[in-house]
Amino acid sequence: MPKSKSAYSTPSIKQKSDTYIFVVWVDNEAGVLARVVGLFSGRGYNIESLAVAEVDAVKNISRITIVTTGTPQVIDQIRLQLTKLVPVHKVGEFKRDDKDVIFKEMALFKIVGKKNKIEKCLNACKKFNPVVLDETKSSAVIQITALRREIDKMSKKLKPLGLISTSRTGAVAMTRGAKIFN
Amino acid sequence: MPKLLTGAEIVFKCLEDQKVNHIFGYPGGAVLPIYDELKNHPSIKHILVRHEQGAGHAAEGYARSTGKPGVVLVTSGPGATNVVTALTDAYMDSVPMVCISGQVPTHLIGTDAFQECDTTGITRPCTKHNWLVKDINELSDVMHEAFKVATTGRPGPVLIDIPKDIQFAKAKYKKPKKDKKLNGKSHNKFSANEIDQLINLINKAKKPIIYSGGGVINSGPKASEALRKFVELTGFPITSTLQGLGAYPGDDNQFLGMLGMHGTYEANNAMHDCDLLINIGARFDDRITGKIDDFSPNSKKVHIDIDPSSINKIIKVDLAIVGDVTKVIDKVNRTIVKNGNGKSNKPNIAKWWEQIQKWRNKNSLNFINSEDSIKPQHAVQRLYELTKNKDTYVTTEVGQHQMWAAQHYKFNKPNRWMTSGGLGTMGYGLPAAVGVQVAHPEKLVIDIAGEASVLMTMQEMSTAVQYNLPIKIFILNNQYMGMVRQWQELLHEKNYSESYSEALPDFMKMADAYGCLGIKADDPSELDEKIQEMVDYNGPVIFDCHVDPNENCFPMIPSGKPHNQMILGPNDQEENKIKGKGKALV
Ligand SMILES: Cc1ncc(C[n+]2csc(CCOP(=O)(O)OP(=O)(O)O)c2C)c(N)n1
Ligand SMILES: [Mg+2]
Repeated sequence: MPKSKSAYSTPSIKQKSDTYIFVVWVDNEAGVLARVVGLFSGRGYNIESLAVAEVDAVKNISRITIVTTGTPQVIDQIRLQLTKLVPVHKVGEFKRDDKDVIFKEMALFKIVGKKNKIEKCLNACKKFNPVVLDETKSSAVIQITALRREIDKMSKKLKPLGLISTSRTGAVAMTRGAKIFN
Repeated sequence: MPKLLTGAEIVFKCLEDQKVNHIFGYPGGAVLPIYDELKNHPSIKHILVRHEQGAGHAAEGYARSTGKPGVVLVTSGPGATNVVTALTDAYMDSVPMVCISGQVPTHLIGTDAFQECDTTGITRPCTKHNWLVKDINELSDVMHEAFKVATTGRPGPVLIDIPKDIQFAKAKYKKPKKDKKLNGKSHNKFSANEIDQLINLINKAKKPIIYSGGGVINSGPKASEALRKFVELTGFPITSTLQGLGAYPGDDNQFLGMLGMHGTYEANNAMHDCDLLINIGARFDDRITGKIDDFSPNSKKVHIDIDPSSINKIIKVDLAIVGDVTKVIDKVNRTIVKNGNGKSNKPNIAKWWEQIQKWRNKNSLNFINSEDSIKPQHAVQRLYELTKNKDTYVTTEVGQHQMWAAQHYKFNKPNRWMTSGGLGTMGYGLPAAVGVQVAHPEKLVIDIAGEASVLMTMQEMSTAVQYNLPIKIFILNNQYMGMVRQWQELLHEKNYSESYSEALPDFMKMADAYGCLGIKADDPSELDEKIQEMVDYNGPVIFDCHVDPNENCFPMIPSGKPHNQMILGPNDQEENKIKGKGKALV
């Protein structure tokens, strides 16, 4: 960047970024997702994936899971800013390598090709509990649940074997053991 | 059967129960049912503005000068979009404001109906929260919650979008619920341990400074009292942000003046060299910190703020106390007194005060006065001298005049100084003065203005005339967008690109056209007498004060520079000419 003549501030030294998973409990009301997503885009935070659905129909609560990367300072800000939103009840935040938390994502792969290729695909997916949801002579839809990067890897691997379409849910998270997050 | 009320009636019921006395607004198709209902509620006075932005800023002035939320009423579409600047301004400066907007009927939403816009979508990033009310049964609760959200925690603007059919629909009215916990959004749970840690730091400090901000004002007049007590007990020097001016008396010896980009030499150097920095209700804005990596490099930093997201946002601090300023400082004061003043460390900081005195001797707000032309700083100083014995309220526009007002007008009470700091909105001051005067009809209200800014919302002069609001618009007319010109002079090789105000209107004729008094001054020897005429006149005044067009606002820290690298005014530049020290920094 050319050196600015004007007296604008210069960015300071950047810290290291890490991947975090945020779990946000919100009132399931109109516009709530827009508020959360708008907060991220408006403040320049990054969203790698986002999953949301109602989890308590009586209390009208939805649970949003967001995967993001940021420096410790940015991650702190994301939590604090989310907490400020009026329809947000609580916010959980986990580092991706946190051993006490399960992170899972579901993917649907559509494979087009001969039987033997589809077999190969199923084989490749073995570690991730593959389920065949649909099968024809020349195609199959395979469902797996795995970590984000495992799915990344699988999509790469299945490409030469006839993978033509991938659909992913984005990661969701749950703590291990009997304790719940609060 | 309980009585059913229309949506419009419910709106007013809520306003009455929220003790609203004034609303600033502008009618239109989508709010006509509400306007129709206005006549039945004599305790609520509607102020008709001339542009919805004016309504917003007037509500801000009203709120800042009273501590009560300002209320705005606008129509759908253009009415709502016109108020966006004011909402953003209020959001940036944490001003409590409740904006009610009309919307097209619910069955037309999403059809690009006449004067439809996605108001909640547009205002989502510039409000604390907003609501589109699609069910009449929710209207009362939403209205009450809106007031609560606007006024609790860190205050700010909210918006309620009410479709026209909802204004006609009927429902039961619900009174505000008492003390319903607001979703845990308001924070006041600091620990005794945190207070003890602060006391410990205070006792150990050799070079302390208190840096207070708008949060002290927002916390209410008691916060200013507590702050004064705290400064007295500790003997510490105190500086203030632009928004915090007035919380501590501007003419007191322990006050170092404003800090930041156009702050005093002593305040900025003390910030840079201190070993303990106590931030009370301020947010480490970039106009305050300068270069982050070099900001106050050797100090322990303490941050007292009601908004947890302000902590560590920009500057990492050593001790954070999240809570209401009044409560926290009161507790600190009581602890200091309990521990016995004997343990005070005033002797520890005697050397520090000597150093501060040396910086003070620079007299960094000094300027070279003239007998031929009115210097803008001189004009503000004279205005101050001639109005300081009245309980004067000052608003400003944005630019050099705003900084000169902050530097040379000394405030002794909170809520007397209304300026657009966070957003820096030209056109804020005149409508804000309207709002202040509505709240304080008997007080002297002055907008210290620039000729460019004031033209952005000049039409609100009609509002002032209509309601006999005797606001004084004191224009420091330098024929330039002075602040732009200054940056161009110092940083863009004097390429004065589009910053000269060609074809300025004749402000005397303008005053005449609006039906208020016009006063013009260009001779320093007549200045006092004319200011006095303005102050004595019982009615709105436009004062066209012609000042030296080439004056620059000093001191100045070029942003991106640390606090101890300031450019000082012409006197000092003369001294440093050979070294070229000041210039090299630009
Ligand atoms: C709405 C808006 N547009 C542009 C700016 C950028 N700006 C900041 S100060 C300034 C010049 C203000 O001129 P004037 O009101 O005459 O004040 P002066 O600096 O001359 O005292 C401008 C254009 C702004 N702050 N607000
Ligand atoms: Mg000007």
